[in-house]
Amino acid sequence: MAETADQHGWTDQKLENIVGNLLRTGVSLAALVVFVGGIIYLSRHGREPANYRVFQGEPSDLKTIPGIIRSALGWHGRGIIQFGLLLLIATPVFRVALCIWGFTAEKDRMYTLFTTIVLIVLLYSLLGSGSAF
Amino acid sequence: MNHLEFTLLVAAGSFVAGLLGSLTGLGGGVVLVPLLTLFFKVDIRYAIGASLVSVIATSSGAAAAYVKEGFSNIRIGMFLEIATTIGALAGAFLAAFISTRALAIIFGVMLLYSAYLSRKPRPRAQRNLPQDPLATRLRMNGDFPSEEGGMRHYNVQRVPAGFSLMFGAGALSGLLGIGSGAVKVLAMDQAMKIPFKVSTTTSNFMIGVTAAASAGVYLNRGYVDPGLAMPVMLGVLAGSMVGARILMKAETKILRVVFSVVIAVLGLQMLYKGLTGGI
Repeated sequence: MAETADQHGWTDQKLENIVGNLLRTGVSLAALVVFVGGIIYLSRHGREPANYRVFQGEPSDLKTIPGIIRSALGWHGRGIIQFGLLLLIATPVFRVALCIWGFTAEKDRMYTLFTTIVLIVLLYSLLGSGSAF
Repeated sequence: MNHLEFTLLVAAGSFVAGLLGSLTGLGGGVVLVPLLTLFFKVDIRYAIGASLVSVIATSSGAAAAYVKEGFSNIRIGMFLEIATTIGALAGAFLAAFISTRALAIIFGVMLLYSAYLSRKPRPRAQRNLPQDPLATRLRMNGDFPSEEGGMRHYNVQRVPAGFSLMFGAGALSGLLGIGSGAVKVLAMDQAMKIPFKVSTTTSNFMIGVTAAASAGVYLNRGYVDPGLAMPVMLGVLAGSMVGARILMKAETKILRVVFSVVIAVLGLQMLYKGLTGGI
């Protein structure tokens, strides 16, 4: 019994290390993309007046994933920033997906199920929630 | 004010919020929304969207550092994330049907409560608690490196109470765009009797996933503006990274008092604006 507990601990620790690296990479990459997008955006629109007092909502090419990718590929500053933010939001989603893989490798069916539920909620939020409005 | 000036000012403000949030351990998210709405006159929905994004950035950045130390408990975190993510989704949906004035009032109350919580002394942690059947079944009990050296074992208590509180923490996060780390720590440390260090690091680990669950809804709804989120995210991230570096040396006790006063003042101001309709 004690041996299985140790084994658990070891694999959990290994999984946590991989997760830590994933988080760091995801955040750094997202920050870099956002920064580059910000430079492009400000170099083109920096002198225009800023107004966030009135709420308009974003146009569809900045709120759906295909729209954001299209806008970023079109080298639009705001599209590139939004793509960076999408990478940032995706980082915890990848983390959860990685944990499913880890728990499956540990043959821990209960936690594989829990983690899958979390992943479904996250994917629904990111992919499915747009149609709810 | 043009976009360049606006970006630089917001980035500077977010940097300070991130720095203070990480130095005091109270989180920068709580002051970001009041900062943006009260001083920069940003619509509260845009402010919440930008704040959520920065919460993911700081949580993921900090969690990356913590997981390697072996304090956080990935099982407790993952199980409770079922509650926080569903709560976050509910909060984010709710935000669409609530007026901006009501949002400001809820935010104000939350700020005042956080200020109160941060001043309240923590009851002494109990040790050597008996095993709880449900927590044992869920394999939540664990070990962590103790201050005295070596590993210390802990038995998790009252899982249903913690789970319910976590749903509330998630809903608050989705509604207000904050990490709601304080409520998460309360659920783990007070309700479930998990050691404080394990609670805070596991909470940090969970904040990013919780925020991602509502950020998706905000993004799809068009509440995340790239021009605003860019300086907020980069500023807060840089501030919290600098904060983590100087954390070891700095005397944070006085800073915590000052910051909790700032939070309380912002809370009153949000409350006032919400009640008088100036938002």
